[in-house]
This record gives sequence, structure tokens and C-alpha cells, in this order.
Amino acid sequence: MIEQLITSFIASAAFGMIFNAPRKSLIKCGFVGMLGWIIYYIMVENRLDTIFSTVVASFVIAVTGQIFSKIYKTPVIIFSVAGVIPLVPGGMAYDAMRNFVQNDYNIAISLAAKAFMVSGSIAIGLVFSEVINQAIRQTQLNRLNKGQGR
Amino acid sequence: MDKQLTFTYEIMDVCLLAGKIMLQSGAETYRVEDTMTRMAAAFGFSHSHSYVTPTGIIFSVEGKEPTKTKLIRIAERTTDLEKVALVNGISRKISSGEFTADEAYQELKIVERASHTYPLWVQGVAAAVSSGCFLIMFMGKWPDFLPAVIAGGVGFISLIYFHRLVPIKFFSEFLASFLIGLLAFLFVKTGAGMEVDKIIIGSVMPLVPGLLITNAVRDLMAGHLVSGLSKGAEAFLTAFAIGSGIALVFSIFAA
Repeated sequence: MIEQLITSFIASAAFGMIFNAPRKSLIKCGFVGMLGWIIYYIMVENRLDTIFSTVVASFVIAVTGQIFSKIYKTPVIIFSVAGVIPLVPGGMAYDAMRNFVQNDYNIAISLAAKAFMVSGSIAIGLVFSEVINQAIRQTQLNRLNKGQGR
Repeated sequence: MDKQLTFTYEIMDVCLLAGKIMLQSGAETYRVEDTMTRMAAAFGFSHSHSYVTPTGIIFSVEGKEPTKTKLIRIAERTTDLEKVALVNGISRKISSGEFTADEAYQELKIVERASHTYPLWVQGVAAAVSSGCFLIMFMGKWPDFLPAVIAGGVGFISLIYFHRLVPIKFFSEFLASFLIGLLAFLFVKTGAGMEVDKIIIGSVMPLVPGLLITNAVRDLMAGHLVSGLSKGAEAFLTAFAIGSGIALVFSIFAA
């Protein structure tokens, strides 16, 4: 567990460096990535569905990213990209490819479909949090306008 | 009238430069459109339209005169989140009225020219360390940590060098992943590593187009179908290149 915490922190921060995120935000990138990965890890360890765990983890990543982007006035993409990287189904895609090479097409196709679903659910988590964010902002704007109208 | 015309073109240049820098640095399409529209609105052009795809920007501004439209082509795309953040900051300052068009243009030019990227070796070390960490995250064993670090670092550095040698993205990704597979098999054959699969998965992660895939799906969901599909195609090509590089190693050694 502790090794998972440390390695996911370092991996996300290192990815921030590869993507050339601003130096000040590297630690935050690592934190966001660690948070998302740990949520995913705990959920999968408790035998929850991979897809559902991915949606929840990427949702938490995006919400944290949005909070950080409000506080530090930087675009959300900086935090969400580095944070999401551990969830990307690289291993699954690799397994699919390997089975394709070894002519196990049935296993390969099912793995590829699953990898596709997982990357879709990452995006759903991200978009879902954005929708909620916009809804909140809209209601705040409406309240503001009403207040001025009176 | 004439003065108004030059002002319109000036504003368009500022907006397009900002959009160009953001798109080249890997921002999502809808963010580029949003930023350009906001900047134009801050300068008093409330009716502007933009059409952004990963390979070009079309931007038009409606004023008192006939509508002005400009097109720019984007050929090279990299990931440089610092530039996205900097342009974002400039656009915020424009919206709050801190910058005039001229000042903003100068600032954007500085951002465009500046190179904030980390030195190559730092990026290589980052890729290497993250490869090792991914190995552990994907349930690998600690004895495989060092092999994954070496394979990941060599793979990433070679990707950049191959790309300088032959400017075809597909080819350099293929060669880099071939090298990673080769190294992983070498480590296992000599007894330095235990599980080929885990080493390869860990060290391939810095090459995997994770950013592209998620950006593609987000663009699709935001209704930007053209850019979503073209980004998806790019991501698929990258994944295919990596996969076939590894596949070649497998068909040579594990057959």
C-alpha cells in the first residue's frame, strides 16, 4: 500500500516533467495522480468493477484538478493529464496486442474492447465533473443576475 | 475607417497567435476556441467565430465592416503544458483589462519563442523513474525495478533521437518500442529480470498516447467531432506503432 502511494506519486510527477508542466505544479500533479490511483487501487482490491472504479477515480482527479485550478489560477488540463496517466489502460492494451501476435484473437479482442471501455470511462469521469462544475457556475451566475435585477 | 480596419486585424493576430501557441502545446480544441472568443470579446468584438481542428485554425471577426477571416495551419504538435498555462494567464490579464492588444502581442511572442522544456536528460530520467514506478504499480516485483528503469529511459531517449533522425512519428515510436522489447528480453535471458511482460508494460508507459486518447474522447463529447476523430486516429496510430514494435520482438524470441 505504501509502495503504491509513493510510486504513483513519483510516476505522476515524472509525467508532469515529461509533459513540461510548470515547475511549481509538479508536486500538485503528483498528489492528484496519487489520490486517483489510490482510490482506483482500493476499489479494485475490494473486487469492484474496473470500469466503475476508473470512472470514480478519474472523477475525483478532475474535481481535485478543478479545485487546484481555481486556487492556483492554472488550466485544469495540467493537473488532470498527469493525474489520469496511471489509470490509462496501458497494460491491458499491451496484453491485447500480445494475444493478437500469438493468434489468440478471442482473448485479444475482448481485452482490446475492455481497454477501449476503460479509456472511455476515464473521459466520462472527466466530462462528468466538468458538467457539474459548469452547472454550479451557471446557478451562481443566475443568482447573481437575479440579485442585480431586484 | 482605415484605423478601425487595422485595429481589427491586430486583434485577430493576437487571438490567432494565442490559439496557435495553445494548439501546438497540446491544449484541447474547445479550450483554444474558448480562449480566442474570450480574448476577442475583451477587445470589444462580441461576435467572433472560430473553427479549430488539430491541424489548423479558422477565425473570423464580425465588426462594422465586412467580416474578416483568417486561416493558419498547424504542422507540429508537441506537449508543453507550461506554454498552455502561460497563454492562459495572458488571456486572463486581457479579460481583466490589464493588457492592451499591443502588449499582449509582445508577451505572446515572448512565450512563443521561449523554450521552457526541461533538458533532454532530465526528461529521460523522469521517463526512466516513472517506468520503474509503473512496474510496481502494475504488481511487478522489486527485482524488476532496475531493468524497467533502464528500458524505459533508453526507450524514451531513443524515441526523441529517432524522431530527430527520421521525422516520421510512427517510425520512431515503432523503433523505440522495439528497443524496449529487445532490452526486456535481454534482461530476462541474462537473469537480471524476472517477468518480461511487467518490464515491457512499465517501460512502454512513457510512450503510450494517454493524453491523446483522453483529449480525443473529451473533444468528441464536447461535440468537436472532426478534431475528436483526428486525435483518435493519431492515438490509434501511436498505439499501433508501439504494439507492432513489441510484437516484432515477440515473434522473433517467443515464437
